[in-house]
Amino acid sequence: MAEITKEQVEHVAHLARLAVTEEEVEHLVDELSAIIEYAELLNELDTEGIEPTTHVLDLKNVMRKDEPKEWITQGDALRNAPDHKDGQFRVPSILE
Amino acid sequence: MSLFDHTIKELEAMLHSKEITVLDLVEESYQRIEEVDGQVHAFLTLDKENALAKAKVLDEHPDAAAKLFGIPGGIKDNIMTKGLRTTCASQFLDNFNDPLYDATVVEKLNNEQYIAVGKLNMDEFAMGSSNENSSYDPTRNPWNTDYVPGGSSGGSAAAVAAGEVLFSLGSDTGGSIRQPAAFCGVVGMKPTYGRVSRSGLVAFASSLDQVGPITRTVEDNARVLEVIAGHDKMDSTSANLEVPAYTEALTGDVKGLKIAVPKEYLAEGVAPEVRESVLEALKVYESLGATWEEVSIPHSKYAVAAYYLISSSEASANLARFDGVRYGVRTENADNMIDMFKKSRSEGFGPEVKRRIMLGTFALSSGYYDAYYKKAQQVRTLIKNDFDKIFEEYDVIIGPTSPTTAFKVGEKIDDPLTMYADDVLTVPVNLAGVPGISIPCGFSPEGLPIGLQIIGKHFDESTVYRTAHAFEQATDYHTKRPQLGGAN
Repeated sequence: MAEITKEQVEHVAHLARLAVTEEEVEHLVDELSAIIEYAELLNELDTEGIEPTTHVLDLKNVMRKDEPKEWITQGDALRNAPDHKDGQFRVPSILE
Repeated sequence: MSLFDHTIKELEAMLHSKEITVLDLVEESYQRIEEVDGQVHAFLTLDKENALAKAKVLDEHPDAAAKLFGIPGGIKDNIMTKGLRTTCASQFLDNFNDPLYDATVVEKLNNEQYIAVGKLNMDEFAMGSSNENSSYDPTRNPWNTDYVPGGSSGGSAAAVAAGEVLFSLGSDTGGSIRQPAAFCGVVGMKPTYGRVSRSGLVAFASSLDQVGPITRTVEDNARVLEVIAGHDKMDSTSANLEVPAYTEALTGDVKGLKIAVPKEYLAEGVAPEVRESVLEALKVYESLGATWEEVSIPHSKYAVAAYYLISSSEASANLARFDGVRYGVRTENADNMIDMFKKSRSEGFGPEVKRRIMLGTFALSSGYYDAYYKKAQQVRTLIKNDFDKIFEEYDVIIGPTSPTTAFKVGEKIDDPLTMYADDVLTVPVNLAGVPGISIPCGFSPEGLPIGLQIIGKHFDESTVYRTAHAFEQATDYHTKRPQLGGAN
């Protein structure tokens, strides 16, 4: 099946919010193609009707009460931020 | 002889009879780090001032009930430590100097009065099997510094092997505790999925990740797991089950124990000296009254492919949080917000992390989800069923931890697929969610350690420990020490 193309790599990089150079794209085309080709080994198996395992334990939804609780202060939350102003995270412009 | 050649239990007795002080232990730890860490590179961050201060406090307030009273330990750098730099060995978190809280496992260690020595090196975001993916100076194998220590918890295993700390915590998503424990000749336990809280462990693949202890002896390992295991309301996937007293399971008695040995675990691809050591270990078990039979894990050949699809998919989602807004290193030249995300991530992540995010994003993307991600999860069911079936008849599964001993630095780094293939004996355990331990069982002709892997039923760490301990008591591999510079 799929040989991964340069266009696919660029599309996936955008989805993953990664900036990739021309050179990186070329490497990733080769590397991802090789990994995906290897992963196609799984197609040897007939998995028709097999339930996918998302989780190994037999857990159902775990619920707790929605109760307000003191945790960290606004100052704490901003302590490791690359940039902040007036008690908020500051980011570059969102609108063009 | 070093103080760290004693077990934790012995040291506790020595501490409480005033034969030694906590300060002695802490000084021993930092002195050893000073002597050898220039070669080993196990530590990324040290917390010496706080450790010495805490030692003095503990010496004044002895607490015989605390299970790790005054015991120096190291923490893998993907486990959150309040106020102590936590980088995941990534440039993205190079400036993450002030984490806001302790992981639940760290809180539990603190409750038992351990001493935090520092944070341990690893493959970036726990992705790798050699520590060469650390964005800092990679950890080297204490037995021979030309060789890798394994990964991703390479720093955690090397620090214990080199006698820098008495125990460490690692994390294991596809073998990241057991394989470095095998390469470094120490004891490493990956508990059952759900046994230990993941709250405060920086998530890699949430359905596979588990925190566990690395130690020199099985007894110490059982003691540390007793401390860190248990239900945590902060981790909804942690199991609400009693934690047994694992140290009480160490009876030395394996008479009548039924051992399964998967033929795939001794097949082609497993180095002759590794196979030999495992067969010798099985003879030891026979002499102790256990029996073993060959079995099959028919779907084991598919485990690596399924594992890399599932773990990379989960990683691509988990690592989306590293966006340069709330913490971490932000690019200095961004035009707008999306540009800032992309450049910060690209500058901050290393090649292996990017490769896995790309693989995972691809496997989850529209049109490919069913073919790759769902397929891998279905194969996961088949592998889990293989284990369930074996455990209907047998108490434990035994085989090698890794097909080879440690490889040379640089030997496999250019070929991701070869590196992935080496995880073939450890990843099935994570996919099935069962517990597995690696203990020392021999040495290669080059003098590199070989690890024996013992796998148990869900939540049956007690039998795994009993089995591991019986072998340890019958052999002396665990008493061998690497010859690094300095006295030990």
